[in-house]
Amino acid sequence: MDYFAGEYDVAVIGAGHAGIEAALAAARLGCDTVIFTINMDAVGNCPCNPSIGGTAKGHLVREIDALGGEMGKTADECFLQSRMLNRGKGPAVHSLRAQIDRRKYSDTMKHKLELQENLELRQAEITDIKKTADGYELKTQMLAIFKCRTVVIATGTYLGGRIYVGEVSYESGPDGIFPATKLGKSLKELGLPLRRFKTGTPARVLRRSIDFSELEVQKGDEPPQPFSYETESLGENKVDCHISWTNDRTKQVILENIHRSPLYAGRIEGVGPRYCPSFEDKIMRFKDKPRHQLFIEPCGESTEEMYLQGMSSSLPEEVQLKFYRTIKGLENCVIMRPAYAIEYDCVDPTAMDPTLEFKDFEGLFGAGQFNGSSGYEEAAAQGFVAGVNAAHKALGKKPFVLTRSNSYIGTLIDDLVTKGANEPYRMMTSRSEYRLVLRQDNADERLTPTGYELGLISEERYNRFLDKQRAKREEIKRLENTTAAPSEKLNELLVSRETSPVTTGIREINLLRRPQVGYDMIRQIDPDCPDLDQSIIEQIEIEIKYEGYIQKQLKQVEQVKKLENKLLPTDFDYTGLTGLRLEAQEKLNKIKPLNIGQASRISGVSPADISVLLIWLATNRNK
Amino acid sequence: MDDNKTIAAISTAQGEGGIGVIRISGSRSAEIADKVFRNINSKKLADMRGYTAAFGKIVYNDEELDEAVALVFRAPHSYTGEDVVEISCHGGVYITKQVLRAVLDAGAVPAQAGEFTKRAFLNGKIDLTEAEAVIDIITAKSRCAARSAMFVKEGALRKRISSVKDELLALIAHLSAWADYPEEDIAEVDDEMIFSVCDKATNELEKLLSSYDAGQAVKQGIDTVIAGRPNVGKSTLMNLLSGSEKSIVTDIPGTTRDVVEETVVVGDVILRLSDTAGLRNTDDAVEKIGVDRAKKRLEQCGLLIAVFDNSQTLGEDDYELLELSAQVPSIAVINKTDLENKLDIDKIKYKIDNIVYISAANGEGREEIAAAVEKIAGTTKLNPSEGILSNERQRSNVAGALRSVKEAREALSFGMTYDAVTVSLEDAVSELSEMTGEKTSDEVLDRVFHNFCVGK
Repeated sequence: MDYFAGEYDVAVIGAGHAGIEAALAAARLGCDTVIFTINMDAVGNCPCNPSIGGTAKGHLVREIDALGGEMGKTADECFLQSRMLNRGKGPAVHSLRAQIDRRKYSDTMKHKLELQENLELRQAEITDIKKTADGYELKTQMLAIFKCRTVVIATGTYLGGRIYVGEVSYESGPDGIFPATKLGKSLKELGLPLRRFKTGTPARVLRRSIDFSELEVQKGDEPPQPFSYETESLGENKVDCHISWTNDRTKQVILENIHRSPLYAGRIEGVGPRYCPSFEDKIMRFKDKPRHQLFIEPCGESTEEMYLQGMSSSLPEEVQLKFYRTIKGLENCVIMRPAYAIEYDCVDPTAMDPTLEFKDFEGLFGAGQFNGSSGYEEAAAQGFVAGVNAAHKALGKKPFVLTRSNSYIGTLIDDLVTKGANEPYRMMTSRSEYRLVLRQDNADERLTPTGYELGLISEERYNRFLDKQRAKREEIKRLENTTAAPSEKLNELLVSRETSPVTTGIREINLLRRPQVGYDMIRQIDPDCPDLDQSIIEQIEIEIKYEGYIQKQLKQVEQVKKLENKLLPTDFDYTGLTGLRLEAQEKLNKIKPLNIGQASRISGVSPADISVLLIWLATNRNK
Repeated sequence: MDDNKTIAAISTAQGEGGIGVIRISGSRSAEIADKVFRNINSKKLADMRGYTAAFGKIVYNDEELDEAVALVFRAPHSYTGEDVVEISCHGGVYITKQVLRAVLDAGAVPAQAGEFTKRAFLNGKIDLTEAEAVIDIITAKSRCAARSAMFVKEGALRKRISSVKDELLALIAHLSAWADYPEEDIAEVDDEMIFSVCDKATNELEKLLSSYDAGQAVKQGIDTVIAGRPNVGKSTLMNLLSGSEKSIVTDIPGTTRDVVEETVVVGDVILRLSDTAGLRNTDDAVEKIGVDRAKKRLEQCGLLIAVFDNSQTLGEDDYELLELSAQVPSIAVINKTDLENKLDIDKIKYKIDNIVYISAANGEGREEIAAAVEKIAGTTKLNPSEGILSNERQRSNVAGALRSVKEAREALSFGMTYDAVTVSLEDAVSELSEMTGEKTSDEVLDRVFHNFCVGK
């Protein structure tokens, strides 16, 4: 029989990367919060790669950290090896990635949830959700009723999860944990637009079954850089990764068995991501490519499981073994967990506002894979925003929205709620039009004041941040005002770096503008250079060298901001608005953009339509 | 959405007005006008108060185009309610268009149909009934744009633009894949690759730009004045070109007293010919009016055909004509080559590059003139089926794209990293997309996934 189990401000369904950030943010903002996990041992699970970060994802982790989220800190605590990707390709695309101990990560996150004031962690499957007069009622499979003001749905791949391995298929969440089979029906009844997406993961193989002797070793950076602005140092890298390649025989095995793939046999309906193809997809789509790279990554320090990055598959287990064993180093590999594809329910994110609240369901929020994204970092980023907004709603505070111009998080959410997702959405640097402004090195500058304002950044950390900013500004000013004499030493240094010597005095800032000149060289000619933290030096160099581009992008940001300040009503019916094209009317009614800026990014809304909207807005204001 | 951009357009009817007005509106209007307008007292327009005027010169590509008056209005006291500069210059189509082009190159964007009025409305300068009219203009414009986009879709111009855009997009996609998937074995991007794409794009865009004037010439015809002192053979020449006897041809100087218009096709170019009264100082009142009109017309034309008599030495009127010819694109036609040479041709060569020798009375020299006209109009290399730019907006987009491609190239030679170079390449693509009316946002990603095998 149903029983009443308690009343909360915020309830979070799912304790993956999205749910964790949502629950911690809500609890830290002072809300009575409850978070549900289907299995207490699956909190903060990493069912796919044992790593955090990567291109653009590293940016997201830094941003979450700058706002006061948890992912970066925990990743640092569990780090095994860390690398800054894309060094040499420019500061906009530098991205941090760390191999982490996945078991430790899960334990650490779980412990943090347990210790968090205002937060209760419960093992329960939510089977039913009901709208009430002042919030929602959630029912568990044990028939407990939880009342709450606001709800964050962060169900990941558990919602209606179904696993496919060749001809075998069964209802399941990731890693053999049971799925949420009833909640989907309840959400559909409530009226949410659900659809099926798919993703997949490669096999884990036993370390001692791999012959590493002829494989290329991939080491971490020395010293490795942390994600969190609060982590002082990571110590040394603890593990190596290895690289191997597929070959003709691998391809042969795939081609001979492709009919046994559930996708190619038409058994999977869900839409899979183009950027995360299974290995058989890669073979079928790029037939001319002779070989494919794979990375062999340890899953942790207390396990012998090794992750085969690049080898995701939904072929039958025996075919997996057969094609893995064609690969150098894996000739005798033993599979511990097979690769699989998983299909799950998620929602059309255009049904949400940039706060991640459903337009038609006040107090109901979504985050992570449920919103059509992919990846731990994308999930955590949305979880943070949904959590803050769920808390603000419960507390009667104003909505919290990040923008395309201040963050990758804002870009991610704007893309989802404005353009929708036809496949699981992965963050990429090419998705941001402000790449030189939204760098991973300056996430604190962009977002820590916001985190402080929210109340999620401590006074002490904020003061440290202000000190860093001051030191940076002062040094830039000093470089502007200091002239380097055209000494022999200076010219020798310049020539040795293949840049032209000087005949008259030159301001140090102008020396630093040259791509070939680094701060280290300024230090060699100027004994007055202050002793600065490497992170500050890096920012100074970037800001000076890329000043023109940064200014240009900031100008664009300002222009767009003006459009975003022109707010549109969300309860307006655009049907029949004079001058609007039919397609624009339909799209505007579906998305209900919050402002002109968002409206202009909707596909199918033309500049002429925007002009009509502007005039209509002005007309309405005058009435 | 260009609401924060500074816009410009010719705001007087195009054609034979006495004065042409180029209106610039937006926060940067004075700053932009200052780049093309040299105030006679060297004061910057940006430093002037509203409701003030300045006299000066329009300078474009280091050349003086025209004398002009600039009126400065300060927000909110202007037609649009924004900062406005209005440049009044001499009314010829050629001059006003050149001034507009100078303004666009200095950073303004071409105004959309109804945009000045739209801004006026949004800034509270006009009322609601007028606003409805603006919506009509805008929607009519978008329907028209849709039609013309359909037209362009099939067109040669679109193909040319698309081929430039495709190569840039392919490069950007490669750069994106290479940056976003550092651990995939994607072919390295190197400087050579970027230089080569940039150079090819630059070449093609420059060709397109130079085709613009030719395109205008092909479409609308060039305002052409035939000038020279009386009885030098102007009317005979005009008849030679038009193939009919339109002007009254006699041996008595001063027979042609008024501007006679004729549209003729010379080579691939349409010329709107005016046979003018001979340039000579005269006491005849009627002829004087004709001479004054001829001079005025001459100062504003798009092409001057200056005719000289091979059998006579240069006179005062000829020298005056040579001075005028320095200000507009000119061809010198040396007529009466069948007679003995007394003309000092070197002096003409000194002022005019294009010289053609004819004997109009014998009907000789039409091909030579056609060749010279085509050379000046830039159409000798123009193949009409290639697709050409046909309006100022398209030209502005292509010029913008070219600027960005050059910027990318420059950044690369300076040693900037590829992320910065990519920003300029993306700007170039977005200019070209604006021109063809496509949204680019997802094009790059689509290509990344189509062309590269990426993903874990």
